[in-house]
Amino acid sequence: MSRDVVIQLLYIVAFALFIYGLMGLTGPRTAVRGNWIAAAGMGVAVVATLLTPGMGNWWLILLGVAIGTAVGVPSAKQVKMTAMPQMVALFNGVGGGAVALIAWVEFRESHGFDGSPAHVAVASLFSAIVGSISFWGSLVAYGKLQEVITGRPVGIGKLQQPLNLVLLLASLACAAVIIGGGDAQLLIIGLLVASAVLGVMVVLPIGGADMPVVISLLNALTGLSAAAMGLALDNTALIVAGMIVGASGTILTNLMAKAMNRSIPAIVAGGFGGGGGGGTTQATGDQTVRRTSASDAAIQMAFANQVIIVPGYGMAVAQAQHAVREMAELLESRGVSVYYAIHPVAGRMPGHMNVLLAEADVPYERLKEMEDINREFARTDVAMVIGANDVTNPAARTDQDSPIYGMPILNVDESRSVIVLKRGMAPGFAGVDNALYFDPKTTMLFGDAKASVAEVTEELKAL
Amino acid sequence: MLVQNLAILVLAGFVGFAVISKVPNTLHTPLMSGTNAIHGIVLLGGLIVAGLGAEGVLDKILLVIAIAFGTINVIGGFLVTDRMLSMFKQPGRAGGQVNTDKKKEQR
Repeated sequence: MSRDVVIQLLYIVAFALFIYGLMGLTGPRTAVRGNWIAAAGMGVAVVATLLTPGMGNWWLILLGVAIGTAVGVPSAKQVKMTAMPQMVALFNGVGGGAVALIAWVEFRESHGFDGSPAHVAVASLFSAIVGSISFWGSLVAYGKLQEVITGRPVGIGKLQQPLNLVLLLASLACAAVIIGGGDAQLLIIGLLVASAVLGVMVVLPIGGADMPVVISLLNALTGLSAAAMGLALDNTALIVAGMIVGASGTILTNLMAKAMNRSIPAIVAGGFGGGGGGGTTQATGDQTVRRTSASDAAIQMAFANQVIIVPGYGMAVAQAQHAVREMAELLESRGVSVYYAIHPVAGRMPGHMNVLLAEADVPYERLKEMEDINREFARTDVAMVIGANDVTNPAARTDQDSPIYGMPILNVDESRSVIVLKRGMAPGFAGVDNALYFDPKTTMLFGDAKASVAEVTEELKAL
Repeated sequence: MLVQNLAILVLAGFVGFAVISKVPNTLHTPLMSGTNAIHGIVLLGGLIVAGLGAEGVLDKILLVIAIAFGTINVIGGFLVTDRMLSMFKQPGRAGGQVNTDKKKEQR
């Protein structure tokens, strides 16, 4: 058997493992194993590639892998669970960046694809454009989630769409000239820069709450660019793995958008609701909020029949999940039934709250998804909102002018009383005031979520 | 060769669509992270282009960065996915049940 055949056979093993692993990742029982099966496939693919006849430049490869390992392993191991979404964005971005860089090197090595078949040039340039968009778009998404740049939509209004179109046309024009025989370095650099600016301009106007969907979309794009690179390099493993990610990523993006009741075109068109701005619509001057104390909150909950805890990003930031579980157990020992209402996108990432609460040993049967718990609020004595904001805002149901109108929310306002734990009166990620806070049956307990919950727990013990 | 590759491309696309049919909300993020790790396959592109000859100094620098990026994507992606998923796995408890509790416990 020639070495090429061995490589091809190993590639087949590799993508079979990818597909099998991915199937595992869609089910809760098989997910962990599925992830490692896919990782094994990646190992096989890398080994097969290194067997390619005529491989050289070993020190280059070694250096790159060593740097990548030295950066990747610690950042993956040390990242806090709260920072997971931006980490995924970053890992996705570097993948896109790698594609763009490889396409650039190919351009340079082949002197503008001189003598290459047309499809190689087309596929390489496609991967360069999409890879560059994905890299810079992901960096902006990272910046927004990390709050390096504002999470609110940033846009230039009506000029946005024409500008994006001009940028896209500019990079396509560069590509067309290169395919037509141009080999000036400026062309490929122009192409990369135009698509980089496009990536930034597309993600910048998107509100932080939509970021998970955007990351998923960029993920699918990176997959497509990998598949295109596979066509250019005539590499089956790249084609299959890239295309599978491209297709499954598209489906996943759609599923996520549906969970948030958002359409992908509306998200990409910019701003919240496509209206171009997340302005606050409610006058707050004459509205007052009622403060409460930890001891009042404790009494209120201790004598309730049913308490629903609504966790959000604030709980994640304060690392309050263990304190919350302790409080819930105390309440349960007093005969109060406690449930957790999990909004699909609470915590800025689908499944974020499940992950955190599972980490704190909260039993699964206490976690209720939105459709199941919404009927319960009317029968609930106390709903305790811990650092969640936009997902509880009744304006999404009632106020047609609100930027978050139409988003499915937890009907917290239907419960008999509401306690909101919050650091201050700052609006949520969508930049909208929350009418829930001004509701007469709502009381606010200001302070760090972890400290507040701990205080309430102490008061409960003292009762 | 191109036609064969295009056939593979189209078939792989359908496989990708078919694999992701029904996924519980809870698994959206780990799945996104897992597919994210898989497109770290771009590392192979870096290996091939570097291994089969890169001449200029700039090209070599660009390729080292590309290979480092690809490695970060692969290793970081799989590790992060595993960390997310390990949160669902609880010894002694209903191991990994995410979505099966809907019928019981309804009041």
